[in-house]
This record gives sequence, C-alpha cells and structure tokens, in this order.
Amino acid sequence: MWAYAARRTAIGLVLLLVLSFVTFVLFFAAPVDQARYACGKQCTEEQIAVTERALGYDKPVYEQWGAFVKGIVAGRQFPADPEVRAAAPETVSDCAAPCLGYSKLNAKTVNELIGDAAPISIALALVAVVMWLIGGVSLGILAAVTKGSIVDRGIVGLTLVAYAFPSFFIGVFMLKYVAIRWELVPLPRYVSIEDGGVFTWLENLLLPGFVLALLFLAGYVRMTRAFVLESLSEDYIRTARAKGLKGRVVLFKHGLRAALTPLVTMTGLDLAGLLGGAIITESVFAYPGLGLLTVQASNAWDLPTIIGVVVLAGAFVIVANIIVDIAYAFIDPRVRLG
Amino acid sequence: MTNMTKSSPTPTATDGTPFLEVDNLKVHFPTADGVVKATDGLSFNLERGKTLGIVGESGSGKSVSSSAILGLHRGTNAQVSGEIRLDGVDLLSLSNEEMRLRRGKDIAMIFQDPLSAMHPYYSVGVQLAEAYRVHNNVNRKAARTRVVEMLELVGIPQPDRRYDAYPHQFSGGMRQRAMIAMALINDPTLVIADEPTTALDVTVQAQILDLLTNLQKEFNTAVIIITHDLGVVAEMSDDVLVMYGGRAVEYGPCREVLTHPEMPYTWGLLSSVPDVSADTNARMVPIPGNPPSLLNPPSGCAFHPRCTFRDEVPGDLCTTVLPELEPASRPGHLKRCHLADPDRIYAKQVLPEIAPDLAKEA
Repeated sequence: MWAYAARRTAIGLVLLLVLSFVTFVLFFAAPVDQARYACGKQCTEEQIAVTERALGYDKPVYEQWGAFVKGIVAGRQFPADPEVRAAAPETVSDCAAPCLGYSKLNAKTVNELIGDAAPISIALALVAVVMWLIGGVSLGILAAVTKGSIVDRGIVGLTLVAYAFPSFFIGVFMLKYVAIRWELVPLPRYVSIEDGGVFTWLENLLLPGFVLALLFLAGYVRMTRAFVLESLSEDYIRTARAKGLKGRVVLFKHGLRAALTPLVTMTGLDLAGLLGGAIITESVFAYPGLGLLTVQASNAWDLPTIIGVVVLAGAFVIVANIIVDIAYAFIDPRVRLG
Repeated sequence: MTNMTKSSPTPTATDGTPFLEVDNLKVHFPTADGVVKATDGLSFNLERGKTLGIVGESGSGKSVSSSAILGLHRGTNAQVSGEIRLDGVDLLSLSNEEMRLRRGKDIAMIFQDPLSAMHPYYSVGVQLAEAYRVHNNVNRKAARTRVVEMLELVGIPQPDRRYDAYPHQFSGGMRQRAMIAMALINDPTLVIADEPTTALDVTVQAQILDLLTNLQKEFNTAVIIITHDLGVVAEMSDDVLVMYGGRAVEYGPCREVLTHPEMPYTWGLLSSVPDVSADTNARMVPIPGNPPSLLNPPSGCAFHPRCTFRDEVPGDLCTTVLPELEPASRPGHLKRCHLADPDRIYAKQVLPEIAPDLAKEA
C-alpha cells in the first residue's frame, strides 16, 4: 500500500508541475500587458518597465516558471530582480518555502492571501458537504425504499427543481428573505472560531453552506437512490432476508454498505473541488474565501495569485483522488492496490 | 465427516398430517401488461428426512414457489394465495414478524450462486455468525465457536482461519459448503436448495450432493431440491415434482416418475439428459420451442405448442381443455396429460430413441 501511495504521490507532483506550467503559458499567451495592470492606470512607460523588471515579467516564461518552482521548494524574495532588490532594500519581502508568489496588487505574498482566504472556503465546503451528505443520503434512501410512490417522486422532483435554480438566485433569495426579512439567521459574514466561538462561526455559515449544499443535493439524492436500488436487487439481499434479519438490518447493514462505496468517491472529489473555492456562493455572500480571491485576481490580471490558487486547487483534487483510491481498498475487500 | 457434534433432533410425532403441506399455492405478479402467473395452483407434501426434487425449465415457477415458502415475497407486490402448512402452521397466515422469526431458523435456503448470494464486503465467518445470532441470543465469541464448528462440519479445512476470509477468497465448492453451513447453522427442519450445484463443476457437484445427503440424515431435515438436472434428482430425491408453466405436470415417487414417465414434457426432459455410459445409438432429443409466456399462457394444456404427441389425443382437447393433475396408471403417481395410453407411447416411440438398450430389455 505504501509503495502504491508513493507512486501516486510522485505522479501527482508531476501533474502539479504540468498544471502550473500550463497556467503560466496561458497567461502569457493572453494579449494583456501584465506589468501595465500591476502598475496602474497613471503609470508612465518608464514606471511600467521598472514594474516589469521588479515582477520578473521581462524574463522568458520558462525562467519565470523555474523561479516559481524554485520558490515552492526553497522560498524566494521579492522583487524578483536582484538589482531592483539591491536598489531598494526597504521594499524587499521574504517569501518562505513553499512560496507561491507575490501579489503586487495586494502587496502581500500569495501564501498570506491564501492563508487568509483558505480557512473560509474550507469551512464553507465542510459545512456544505455535511449538509448535502445528510440530506442527500437520507432522502436518497427514503426515495429508494418508497420507489415509485408519491414520496419518491416528490423527493426527486423537488431536489431537481432546487438544482435547476442558479445558485446566485437562491443565494440572493435566501439573503433577502431568510436573513433580512424573516431574520431567522443573522446576516452572514465570516467570523472565525477564534473570534466568535464555534456557535457563531457555524451560525454564520448556515445560509451560504445551505445554498452551496443545495447545488449538490439533487445529484446525491439521485445517486444514492440509484445505488441503493441496485444494491437491494442483488442476490445477497435475498440471502440476508432469508436469514431472518430485520428489514432495518437488511437495508442499512447489507444494502447501504455496498451503495456507500461509489458515494465515497463522489464525495471526495466534489469536496476537493469545493476546497478551491465556491466562486458564486462566496461572491453572493461576500465571503472573502478562495473563490472571491480568484474572481478578484482574474479581474485584475493578478497572475501570481491566480497561479497560486490554481496550483492549490489542483493539489486538493490530486490529494483527494489518492485518498479516495486508497480508501477504496479499505471499503471493498475485493480491491487490491497495485 | 468427523466431529459430528449435533445429535439428531427427534422426529415429530406422525399424526397423519405431513410435515410440509403446500396446497393450491398461487404466486401472481401484477404488472403493467397483466398478471404474471408464476405459480398457479401448486400442491405437494413432504415428510421430515425426505427429499422432494422440483424439476423444470427456467421460468417454470420452481424458484418463485420456494421463495413463497420462505415468505420472501412479503413486502413486494406479489399476490400469494393458497396454504403452506409447516408442522401444522399455515405460514401464509403468519404476520411478517412471525414469519421473519422462522426464516433461517425453521426454514433455510441454499442459493444457487454463492458468490453473488454472499455479501462481498463481509467475511464469510461474519455472515454465518450473523445468521446464527439473529435467532440465538449469544455473544460474538459463542457465535464464532458455532460458526467454526459448522464450517468444519461441511468440510472446510482450517475453519478457524477461513472464518475471516471473504467470499471472493473461497473457491466455488468451498463457497457452496459455506452457504450450506449458513443454511444449517440453526438446525432448520426444512431446507430448500435452489440449484445448489449448478454453478459448480461436476466433481465438486458430487461432493456437495453427498454432503447434503449426509447432513440431511444427520439432522433428519426435510429437503426440497430445485434443479433442472434429472441426474441430481435421481440421486437425491424420494419424490419428484415436474413443473411446467407454473403448474405441476407430473408428481410421484422419484423412481416411479423417472422410470415410467407419463407426460411428454418429462419425456422431453429425460431425452435431454446426456449419459456418458449410455448406448452409443442413444440420441439426445431437445424439447422444441421455448418455455411458455406466463403472462399469456397457451390455451388448454400449457405444453401443447411444444408437444410432439398432441396428434395422439383425439379432437382439440390439448388446445382447449387444461388437463387435471390426476392419478396415472400406477399408484402414487400423478400426471397432467390427455394422452390415453402414455406407457405404450413411451415404450414404443420414446424409449427406443433415447435408450435403445433399455427398450430392448423391456
């Protein structure tokens, strides 16, 4: 198993390298003068040239990418050009390994930006995943055992309707009614656990978490329903009933056990995708997470921040894939890693 | 078969009523296209320590009928009617909970393909222990002891180590042994074996059948063996019931039915059995056509579209009138056929073709 994990990790690292390189190339292929954006509207040509040198944009793409990779491994200093650093030592900022870059726009290292934004996105993703798993799996089981009845049709239909509404609509709707008009929850704003305690933290995450969960709920209801129905039609379910087991035991211990396996995969990958930031939900609720950071960085052509977020989000997905594959060997005794 | 730890339960007192009595059993499935009559009026009796073989093609209602005895159609849309009396108790009138308590305890089932019939995520030992603990209030350790004892009884080597193995780590024969151990773990009085050897190769088949026979003698169990293999029936059964289109078409003592079959469908089954030791002139004659639709069964005798002897019956009886299951020419033997003189037709037309040596002797 360890050899397998090591091999998968090595492949994952190579993937991340490729991912960062592709992002670099994509941004340099865009017909936008990065330095002009970084410098600002009022900059003269000379100031732009200085900015370009300071940020290292005057170097070829592969050199910049090399410096980026080196920064991740060994850390680096900004401005990127040693002569610029020597000329103005007071502007030098250190970026320790694993350094993801420096955002001139925010005057902060990308690590600091991500460090501020990531806990918000992670909290939001975790609250959402718990909500959609509890809701999706229980509604899916209920729909499966009442297959064809009005309950089944109601559950599948309603979750589909919820899925069909765009999340910015549901988000604004919830904000306006649940938070503002009915005052059922406080107007959501992110409060960290250190600042407000677990309860306030969670209370503020309820609404955005719900909006995010609603997006995934319909899929999980339908998947759970289909997997449970498939599992319940297997021969081993007939065996379980023939043993004289209670209906509850047959459903949960024998039926659900097999249905959960594909759900674990889906959850792992969906969660990993969300950890990189929920762009729409974070924008609607003005939650300064990775999603909002990405939007702002994209609008301002803040290349270092974009690359940093892309690499991080890619790492989440790759790590989740490895974890899910290894988890499979523990869930299903027939699976051998190799 | 060493270490037989269980003594034979005492047979129930014979007060005239049979141990298992199935009377006019009907299992109908309403579907969008109409009612599927999977079993339509099935009756048979079985005593403890005896074996009934139920024979028929796929879709003849064998498995559906046995599932009905186990009450496995409860909770589905199947309509089950008639009477199934086990030791005097009508199983169909029991509540779901009362039936559940008998399932696996009084009546147990051995399934056809043990790889799909066992849960892939739980070890064999855990699955057997579960079957034991649901009917016996014992702790995990006692259940494990009992499971290991049963695994040893059915001839699984190193049962203590194999307890923790998963079904996919067992060979086909070992899995079927484990399945038999699971069925017998609560000393059931009735065991239904649904094609227990179909998924196995021939050498293992014989071992499994021997095992079943020995365990049956040991525990004085009533056994229903469902199969399409007449060889299995000949070896195992005391009585044989031939099913076609959801109904019994021939029923009687095994020896009697197999040596003097009176229904053309049974002749067809006998003609389809390969026999390595038979006369080289013997032919294998397949039954023409396909099993009947249970949704729109043929009029009259359900077998008439495939019957090569229907011209021997005067008029259009075969296509218009469903023959009754009535006594054949010999005692204890029932048949459902319009043919007036089946013995003569079998001896003259069927036997010479499928077993020329036997025909000459006769």
